[in-house]
Amino acid sequence: MSATTTHDEHHDDHGPAKGIMRWITTTNHKDIGTLYLVFALAMLFVGGAMSLVIRAELFQPGLQFVNPDFFNQMTTMHALIMVFGMIMPAFVGFANWMVPMMIGAPDMALPRLNNWSFWILPFAGTLLLSTLFMDGGGPASGWTLYPPLVLQTGNALPFAIFSVHLLGVSSIMGSINIIVTIMNMRAPGMTLLKMPLFVWTWLITAYLLIAVMPVLAGGVTMLLTDGFFGTSFFQAAGGGDPVLFQHIFWFFGHPEVYIIILPAFGIISQVIPTFSRKPLFGHDSMVYATASIAFLSFIVWAHHMFTVGMPLAGQLFFMLSTMLIAIPTGVKVFNWTATMWRGSLSFETPMLFALAFLFLFTIGGFSGLMVAIAPADFQYHDSYFVVAHFHYVLVPGALFGAIAGAYYWLPKWTGHMYNETLGKVHFWLSAIFVNLTFFPQHFVGLAGMPRRIPDYATQFADFNAISSVGAFGFGFSQLLLVYVVIQCVRGGEKASAQVWDGAEGLEWTVPSPAPYHTFEEPPLVR
Amino acid sequence: MSTNLRKHDFNTFLTALVASLLGNPAQAAWEVNMPVGVTDASAKIFDLHMLIFWVCVVIAVIVFSAMIYCLVAFRKSKGAVPATFSHSTTAEIVWTVIPVLILVAMAVPAAQTLVEIDDTRDTEMTIKITGYQWKWQYEYVGEDVSFYSNLAASSNETRQLRSGIDPFQEDNYLLDVDRPLVVPADTKIRYLITSNDVIHAWWVPDFAVKKDAIPGFINEGWFRVNEPGVYRGQCAELCGKDHGFMPVVVEVLPREEFTAWLAGQQGGAAVASAATAR
Amino acid sequence: MRDSHRLLAGKLVLFAAGMFGFGFLLVPLYDVFCQVTGIGSRTGLPTAATVTAENPVTDRIVTVEFVANRNQQAPWEFRPAVSSLEVMPGKLYDTTYFARNLTDRQLVGQAVPSVAPGQANKYFKKTECFCFESQEFAPAEGRDMGLTFMVDPGLPEHIDRVTLSYTFFVNQQVAAN
Repeated sequence: MSATTTHDEHHDDHGPAKGIMRWITTTNHKDIGTLYLVFALAMLFVGGAMSLVIRAELFQPGLQFVNPDFFNQMTTMHALIMVFGMIMPAFVGFANWMVPMMIGAPDMALPRLNNWSFWILPFAGTLLLSTLFMDGGGPASGWTLYPPLVLQTGNALPFAIFSVHLLGVSSIMGSINIIVTIMNMRAPGMTLLKMPLFVWTWLITAYLLIAVMPVLAGGVTMLLTDGFFGTSFFQAAGGGDPVLFQHIFWFFGHPEVYIIILPAFGIISQVIPTFSRKPLFGHDSMVYATASIAFLSFIVWAHHMFTVGMPLAGQLFFMLSTMLIAIPTGVKVFNWTATMWRGSLSFETPMLFALAFLFLFTIGGFSGLMVAIAPADFQYHDSYFVVAHFHYVLVPGALFGAIAGAYYWLPKWTGHMYNETLGKVHFWLSAIFVNLTFFPQHFVGLAGMPRRIPDYATQFADFNAISSVGAFGFGFSQLLLVYVVIQCVRGGEKASAQVWDGAEGLEWTVPSPAPYHTFEEPPLVR
Repeated sequence: MSTNLRKHDFNTFLTALVASLLGNPAQAAWEVNMPVGVTDASAKIFDLHMLIFWVCVVIAVIVFSAMIYCLVAFRKSKGAVPATFSHSTTAEIVWTVIPVLILVAMAVPAAQTLVEIDDTRDTEMTIKITGYQWKWQYEYVGEDVSFYSNLAASSNETRQLRSGIDPFQEDNYLLDVDRPLVVPADTKIRYLITSNDVIHAWWVPDFAVKKDAIPGFINEGWFRVNEPGVYRGQCAELCGKDHGFMPVVVEVLPREEFTAWLAGQQGGAAVASAATAR
Repeated sequence: MRDSHRLLAGKLVLFAAGMFGFGFLLVPLYDVFCQVTGIGSRTGLPTAATVTAENPVTDRIVTVEFVANRNQQAPWEFRPAVSSLEVMPGKLYDTTYFARNLTDRQLVGQAVPSVAPGQANKYFKKTECFCFESQEFAPAEGRDMGLTFMVDPGLPEHIDRVTLSYTFFVNQQVAAN
């Protein structure tokens, strides 16, 4: 936690200060939410640029642009930046903005901690990116950091590990804040089961984060001592086992998957009822489904490791426990569909992204069910099929969830309506290109193309070319999002407090833009 | 658009898609499905894969139809008036129980296949596979035959950064080696796998074999190839800069030819443990 | 109000710290897991098994294969004296591995055993083994190193073949001198 005390000379100001100091010293949940969201948007383009390096190289067989080592650094950094620098901060940003407003609280419970947990991020992110310029280059062992390969990293290893520590500290602090806020600061009458689903999913996500980020921190610390202090946690020569790291990593890594997707479930559960003009179907069963997904996420981790040589009983256990996750996930999809059933649907941009989420996340869920089947996974494992699977749940899943949320609450944040036409154009470009990018990856994966390779056999060429075209299209389409957001911040049609005629919840009872301080007097919830 | 895109017209693409939907392996570059392979295990895994695929397709058709029906029938612009119901215990029980039944139906054949693959009894020969950065070593245990298998020289030249050589001119770009692993057909072959440095994974899609090579540990598995031929695969675990350039090639010979081949190797073959590599 | 925040936050910090500890606890837990399931033997370096009495099962034959590996292309010649033995469970057998130092300096090596299938590990008992301690070699020295083992009669019936593999590492600390 020492990192948290490195820049603690802040004053607990209230009311927006002027200029840059407002943002550096702010303890206001709305300011910090904005900072998180802007940071995440910037990182989307940093991580996205890396993926375009990857897709440019994979456009054709043969090596045209980068050498294999740099390619591996790109795959590694793309994943680390997107997971820890983009999608997680984006959802923490949503939580900062919306959780207090949705439960009728004046601010986050621990505002100063909130400031620190954000301001660690730019330093950690910069540190991580700076490893690319170090002697020997950045980490190139994949974001999973498997030893012994990761120990072959050059000078960058301790810096990369330290930045993972910092990112972990930041998200643990953010999570503690969110839990304390939700548990202690709900408006009178806001019982736990009355909380909006976004608040519920974040409560569960925050507990998951506190449970598993420290385990990752422990695991990478062991890597550090193995690399520099002569321990043998993961080295067979000294009585260790490289596979142990994989167990530790995935004990973190699988709950991490749900840390990424649960807040998106929450956003979708706000957006679909609004634009169906009908209450969320099965609110309580959604809560229980979320909790069961969270619980199951702790007992399925070794399904990432079916090829390491597990005993038969282990393979059977992890296969069956993984298949069980399909049940609560199915409940969610069915409940969203039932919410639309006999509703009165309109298709504004947030709803479009939520619908794309519904269809495409379900496709990712199906391929997830396929990779859960241990014997079949011997073919899928570490092939492009897996790349297609997790990008389907992360991009049209988590990222589309975040974008849906951004369009949904943008009028509340800025007081202006965004440009609906451009929003729809952004949606259609994104939806088409995301499929063009990732759908063909199912095919090359099944046909035998391993993941994380900079060059491939010629029979994979055509689908890879299509995928690259899609990736560039998707990447450049996101510039439109930036344009729409900037345009919306600067002006536009005035938004009403209600914004969407079907929207329910406390956040719609305050004016748009939401005043700097809201709910200083707690509202009464009946 | 790439030159290779122009080589195929859109019809080919559609044909391949349709073929794949019918469960037929499509041809060459537009291959969209898992190979059926040449071992009993790979055929079983293919069947399992197709079974889950079709189950998913059926569920997808039902769920997506319901969603699309909502999108069409319950539009505000068509004057739909929202209902107010917000739960239905019956419906929720139904869509919890039915998936459980489907999952059980899928788990049973999956578990059976897993148990069959795990049965290493009655193997007739043992081959030790060792992963190196970045090549494979094959050792015929007890036969005093051992050799390394590197990426073929022509592929190695082509794959250099901006080599200017067209990969399409090569027959098996990145999937060819200087010395393939040679094994007999119709023989239950046990493999042991380990690594010299970092974790690798030995993958031959046609055998449905993928197993990690872990330094300091040995893993085992087996395969029995029904069809003589040449089968190609790749390293499937990121192992450093040349991870993409250590293919696996297995030449499967009829049993008699294999016996003759092995006898030929035993004379002049270098003992790997004594030889210093490269 | 602030106190209740601090109290809950404090509890959550303790929880996070506890989970950090749990990450390290996974190391011994994994050892226990390995011992129970029989895969690997991750309690540090191997130690001798005690076999009180031989009790051969005369009607069962298990093939034991011996395999040798080097690591990081270490400068050893390293091979088993025999590539396999047909053994009776419950009976002690002796065999040797041969190692030669291919350099002109002193080397210390450590052999790390591994058994396949993993399930057989806990039934493969080594009463004497060169892997119990590090092995010192003079420049260019080569010698046979002994191993006494027994396959426990409890070995599951479906296992008819067991492989004992040694990876011979150069002991880094010594090599640095």
